[in-house]
Amino acid sequence: MSDAPASPPMIQIEGLTKHYGRTHALRGITFEVPKGQVVGFLGPNGAGKSTTMKILTGFVEATGGIVKVAGISVADDPVGARTRIGYLPENNPLYEDMMVEEYLEYIARIRRIPADKVRGAIDTAVARCGLQKVRGKDIGELSKGFRQRVGLAQAIVHDPDLLILDEPTTGLDPNQVVEIRNLIRELGKEKTVILSTHVLPEVQHMCGRALIISEGKIVADGAPDQLSSDGGHIDLVVTGKRGAPDLAATRALLKALPDVAEVHERTTGEKDALAFSLTTKGSADPRRALFAALVDAELVLLSLDKKALGLEETFRKLTTAEAGKAEHADHPHSKAA
Amino acid sequence: MHNTLAIARRELTSYFHSPVAHVVLAVFLVVSGWLFFYFSGLLIVGKASMRGFFALCPLLFMLFVPAITMRLIAEERKSGTFEGLMTLPVAEHEVVLGKFLAALSMMCVGLLCTFVYPVSLALIKAPGSALDMGPIIGGYLSAVLLLSSFIAFGMWASALSKNQIIAFILGLLLCFALWIPDKAILILPASLGAAVQYLSVNYHFENIARGVIDVRDVLYYLTVTTIGLVLTTRTIAATRQ
Ligand SMILES: Nc1ncnc2c1ncn2[C@@H]1O[C@H](COP(=O)(O)OP(=O)(O)O)[C@@H](O)[C@H]1O
Ligand SMILES: [Mg+2]
Repeated sequence: MSDAPASPPMIQIEGLTKHYGRTHALRGITFEVPKGQVVGFLGPNGAGKSTTMKILTGFVEATGGIVKVAGISVADDPVGARTRIGYLPENNPLYEDMMVEEYLEYIARIRRIPADKVRGAIDTAVARCGLQKVRGKDIGELSKGFRQRVGLAQAIVHDPDLLILDEPTTGLDPNQVVEIRNLIRELGKEKTVILSTHVLPEVQHMCGRALIISEGKIVADGAPDQLSSDGGHIDLVVTGKRGAPDLAATRALLKALPDVAEVHERTTGEKDALAFSLTTKGSADPRRALFAALVDAELVLLSLDKKALGLEETFRKLTTAEAGKAEHADHPHSKAA
Repeated sequence: MHNTLAIARRELTSYFHSPVAHVVLAVFLVVSGWLFFYFSGLLIVGKASMRGFFALCPLLFMLFVPAITMRLIAEERKSGTFEGLMTLPVAEHEVVLGKFLAALSMMCVGLLCTFVYPVSLALIKAPGSALDMGPIIGGYLSAVLLLSSFIAFGMWASALSKNQIIAFILGLLLCFALWIPDKAILILPASLGAAVQYLSVNYHFENIARGVIDVRDVLYYLTVTTIGLVLTTRTIAATRQ
């Protein structure tokens, strides 16, 4: 514990556990977020996303592990750590009976913005979040989209280093989702952001990094593209030079290709044609070999479509596999009890 | 102090917008006004005083204080705004003090309105009868002190349940528990009874309301209030578990 590094990571979590009574919400989570990164925190409902965020913001205390925000331990100096954070809780609870302006003023005051800078700070937050038209309105009267903007405005009014957004787009209509995403992307240009979601495209839209959490554990960590390019599908339709090709022979031919893991037959509307769906091994691309093999066998390719295994499927694979494992681990105990 | 005042301000805005708080204050004024004129002795010429009014203050506050304090923490826990509050850079005791100050100010506004009574007494008292100001000043002082201790415990009740109705009933019971030892003298042997009675808010209330301001009575209220505030702070801190 000699000199601290010039700039500690914005978030540093090590071996974090959280028990709510007998529920083990977090089972040892470790990750770091460097300054400036925009991280998507992905996981099915009940995975532990909110719990992790509530611990980061100090709303609940960890059972075990180390949690630091900008180098400040959340356990040792909770108030100090909180000054660095802007937080949008899940469901964005707000004081319905306050005016937008009144509310932001309250937050600015309690966030210790000097009296002569309060006006400016509110103006900036209002402008960034597009709240000009509703400044004087009661929060209770606002649409869901505007409420979300108010939630974001209160999170940025003190210009924090770290934004923690718990499901910022859940419950919005598609137009509002787009608006809020754009807004978050703007904010992400200058701040470290960690946002949780169970909607996958969101991460591809906004985040440079995805952390996938399932059953209280991190199951994947990487760039969204990297996570989604592992493995993929190739859909193809082939026909013979004269009439329909032989199904068994074609299937065997495809199966023999080096990077093909599985071959499934599909239905097709094309006359005298066969359709297949290939699963590739890892991130390999068997298209060249495939094309050559088809030519050799005097088959004609009518269509070919390569699809990366979407983040969606990676996610489902990871989270369901993990759920299965956890169930195995848990059952002997719960049965004994 | 800065944070405490910011929270108190916000809380007062909420009271200002809350129909419940307005109704509670209005009913308080109607009931206290009725009690005042009924017991003031205005109807019995020459005996004008506020003693009857102050004697009933503990019972009156026992009902009205929990109605004002029930929402303080329960409402925020129910609506979820509590999470925003508890993740601001403020300490738990600042949250508690801020809310306490807001509720106390609210009740003091009600109390201020009752100033009409002594003023009207002074104006319409029977000629020749004297209005003794000592008990009136003492009465108001002890009323504020009593309010503090009831509010502190009413707020603790509000921290113990997310349900405002339960918080109200719990608050009423806690205030009742602070008041009832006064009646111990009726059932316990004299010496023990006197000791138990000493614990009652009512006992000290009557001392000060007589116009005799004793440091021990003031200290008693400050202690009870502090205990209530500390309990609330601990209960709030425990929600982080
Ligand atoms: N206050 C609480 N008391 C008891 N269990 C809780 C509490 N909050 C969350 N949990 C449990 O912890 C687990 C993780 O929840 P949460 O972090 O909210 O998941 P997510 O945000 O990923 O949907 C769930 O099983 C949930 O039921
Ligand atoms: Mg959640």
